[in-house]
Amino acid sequence: MTGVHDIGGQDAGPIDLSDHALSSFDQRVDAMLMLLVHPNRGAFRVDALRRAIESYRQQDYDSLSYYERWLGAVRKLVVEQDILSEEEIAAKIAELKAQKVGG
Amino acid sequence: MITGSGKFTIGGLVRVRTGATDYHCRTPDFLKGKDGVVEFIVGKYPNPEQLAYHKPGLPKRELYQVRFKQGDIWPCYKGSGDDAIIADIYEDWLEQTPQETYHD
Amino acid sequence: MTESHDDKDDHHQDELGHASSYYVILEEAIRVLLIEKGVFTAQEVETQIDGMDSRSPAVGSMIVAKAWTNPDFKAWLLRDAVEAVSSVGVDMNNQPDLVVLENTAEIHHVVVCTLCSCYPRAVLGVPPAWYKGREYRSRVVVDPRGVLEEFGTYLSDAINVRVIDQTADRRFLVLPSRPEFTDGWSADQLEALITRNSMIGTAIPLTPAQLKAETATQS
Repeated sequence: MTGVHDIGGQDAGPIDLSDHALSSFDQRVDAMLMLLVHPNRGAFRVDALRRAIESYRQQDYDSLSYYERWLGAVRKLVVEQDILSEEEIAAKIAELKAQKVGG
Repeated sequence: MITGSGKFTIGGLVRVRTGATDYHCRTPDFLKGKDGVVEFIVGKYPNPEQLAYHKPGLPKRELYQVRFKQGDIWPCYKGSGDDAIIADIYEDWLEQTPQETYHD
Repeated sequence: MTESHDDKDDHHQDELGHASSYYVILEEAIRVLLIEKGVFTAQEVETQIDGMDSRSPAVGSMIVAKAWTNPDFKAWLLRDAVEAVSSVGVDMNNQPDLVVLENTAEIHHVVVCTLCSCYPRAVLGVPPAWYKGREYRSRVVVDPRGVLEEFGTYLSDAINVRVIDQTADRRFLVLPSRPEFTDGWSADQLEALITRNSMIGTAIPLTPAQLKAETATQS
């Protein structure tokens, strides 16, 4: 069995050469990851990020955007490392949603 | 021959170990079971197979730059016979190539 | 993740790759919580984002142009890229080791990461979308010449193609060959010929004629 990420040599279609700048979402996820793996914080290693991304189900690996995959992996790892809990994340999401509805 | 502290030497023939992995590893599947030549001994690095699980990655693993002939990897390779793939492979994924099976 | 989230229905991204609303709010939630916990500050996030602009292919072009015009620097770059690029102001702290591979009349290098998206960020910035995509990662190792043709790069059979799969602790920058008809050009002039893709190896640098045509189209 090989992972969803281990794709060297597989059949695939033509390459989409179009270039687009990172969105602000992409930039924030990128920045967050770089800060977390920086030795000053050492929340986890980039190796762990890769491992978390490799554990996606095929359909998620294929359908999520690159930085969505990163963010899902960051979520898994900060919980794994007891930096945040799922409950805290869920509560904060609810809080932010309520703020946005409340305007 | 130039040797590092590891098992293999520059110019030495190596074969990438086979085996499925259900853990994090940095050896691509398409190179498993393939024969190559050690081009360069990169040095010792913490083991990513441990770092991925929040362990310290010790002992460090010797890393080798290995060159593979495209024709040895893909039987139907379209291109020049000297085309090659180069990858860095950790020592525990390499074994000696049985001499009689390697044709240069 | 293998665990499923109930609110997964809105997870599809739109055609431009914009994050779905679920992930946008998840990002904000995690970032705000990590700031509240003191893992990092909002300012550090901003500084990190600003720093992304300072690492771009312009850094790589500057290094390549210097190597083309300064044989001592080129020798240093090929021998110890980390030292050499640090000497011209590239911050290599907490960066993976860097190796520079020279393209010649006989050998053309092209770089990929089949397992994820490893890229010499210190000298090229963040990778382009195609570099991170399934098509390039899957195909360039098995059909590099066909893939290069999709980039408009046609190599003669006399040139050996070497695909570098960045599987471990080193990142690779391609030092392309200096184009003909550039004798006497300054490093600054040469930089305009050095494209990002020529330093990944999916292209070769622009020729002076191509640069002229490109400049004419833009003006």
